[in-house]
Amino acid sequence: MAQMKFLCDAERCIECNGCVTACKNANETDWGIQRRRVVTLDDGMPSEVSISVACMHCDDAPCMAVCPTDCFYKTDDGIVLHDKDICIGCGYCLYACPFGAPQFPKQEAFGERGKMDKCTFCAGGPAETKEEEYEKYGANRIAEGKLPLCAEMCSTKALLAGDAQTISDIFRQRVVYRGHEDGGWSSVEKAQLSGPDVSGNLDEMAYDATRATREG
Amino acid sequence: MHTLMQCLWRLRMLGAVLLLAVLAASLAPSTHAAEPNEELGQAVGTVDADTWRDVKNGENFIDTRHESTYSLINTSGETWRQIRNEWISPAGLIAIGGMLAILIIFYLVVGRNDLDHERTGRKILRWTAIERALHWTVATLFIALALTGLNLLYGKFVFRHIFGDVFWANMIMGSKLIHNYAGPVFGILLIVILAKWLKVNLPKKHDLEWFKQGGGMVGDKHPDAGFANAGEKVWFWLLASVGLLVVVSGLVLDFPIFGQTRDDMQWANMFHGVTSLILMTVALGHIYIGTLGTEGAFEGMATGYVDETWAKQHHNLWYEEVKESAGQPHQSDPPIDDDTATAQRPN
Repeated sequence: MAQMKFLCDAERCIECNGCVTACKNANETDWGIQRRRVVTLDDGMPSEVSISVACMHCDDAPCMAVCPTDCFYKTDDGIVLHDKDICIGCGYCLYACPFGAPQFPKQEAFGERGKMDKCTFCAGGPAETKEEEYEKYGANRIAEGKLPLCAEMCSTKALLAGDAQTISDIFRQRVVYRGHEDGGWSSVEKAQLSGPDVSGNLDEMAYDATRATREG
Repeated sequence: MHTLMQCLWRLRMLGAVLLLAVLAASLAPSTHAAEPNEELGQAVGTVDADTWRDVKNGENFIDTRHESTYSLINTSGETWRQIRNEWISPAGLIAIGGMLAILIIFYLVVGRNDLDHERTGRKILRWTAIERALHWTVATLFIALALTGLNLLYGKFVFRHIFGDVFWANMIMGSKLIHNYAGPVFGILLIVILAKWLKVNLPKKHDLEWFKQGGGMVGDKHPDAGFANAGEKVWFWLLASVGLLVVVSGLVLDFPIFGQTRDDMQWANMFHGVTSLILMTVALGHIYIGTLGTEGAFEGMATGYVDETWAKQHHNLWYEEVKESAGQPHQSDPPIDDDTATAQRPN
């Protein structure tokens, strides 16, 4: 069985927020709910880098472990979904989540939060009818044989969605091609490099990100 | 005229294509010359360990989500999960189950603490109507909060499998609502009841002796006790310390509208779990002593009156004081508690 995962190639992400918009549009989430976000590190500096984050559909999901209602479940594809009929809006999943994925439509006195909402990997959720499913959880593109819209619409193909094996192969290929020593996110000591100063090469960086092939 | 325009247009097009070709030629070498090291220099690598440390501390990043205060990676979440699921949850079961086992064994082996002498039939007012009302309101709220709280911590392992999803959904939602709305009421009434009974629970010298004799279990004598014995005082001060911690941590969880961070909520949740489980464990002892464990104790809180013999046996100092202040207790009918009576409580 496939193990569905997201993978964001930080070197390709151009912080366009297309994934955020695509998600919002595909799932028509409530006002104030934004299942995907783009986080930028070192904003405004030469080393600036961005990454798109949503529910990462953990193998050992902390939200599932702490939920007092046990409303979470994992599909055969490794997608972490939850049942809004059972959710009581206690907020525990949010306290436990490493990525800030669970969100609540409100946050009021006496712990009134409403039902939790999070990325479903565009796989919907438990419901009687398709309409009810869309109303509660948003799109079920997986059922239609499609991948999450955020990744499908990513202009630089920074955000990958799919079987963990497949997308990590793609990423590994890129890393090998880029000549990175030990992975796309690791730090590299600039002093050891003979290459040009990175800050003087920003144009080439942007060019590199959109380039189709090495020869092209 | 028309052909001239076309000629000019073609010329321009040719020029543009030529220009593009030249540009492409000038760009090509730099593309082909990309050495691995050069590529490496352009890579993301400048985001180093220091940046990640900043990110962990919630600094040096921006987030596109509306009013987001979430750091990129919430490292404390997993720690909280481990402490809650691997320590607090099993420890609570062990504590409550252990206490229940001890009480059952104690009851089976030692049995009820009976009155040593016959009842005299003379009654002394111990708890006024208001005190009893307060006690039973707080007790009811406590039990409701304890049961719903236990359901929130352990219920998913039991009831969902027994009753199915629909019943479980309503049950757990009801638990949360009762817990969140009854909690603040319990907090207020707890403070009222603590204030009301503060004076009789101030520690006295003879309380030490009471502990040494294990409340009468060590040796044959009944240790001295005033209106409240040392055991009751321990329960009082436990409620005044741990009980208030339960209330405060509960309020932090119940009112997430003052900008609490996720870390604040994790701390509050752990405090709330530990302190409330301690309270529930000790409460079992309190309930046992007040009902099955001691003859004549329950009728005190149920009717407000205790028998003279009971008072003499369990609260001898209080009994003496009541006798001195009132002379010999009346032989006749017990005084009528018309909600305005004041308890006989000279100390």
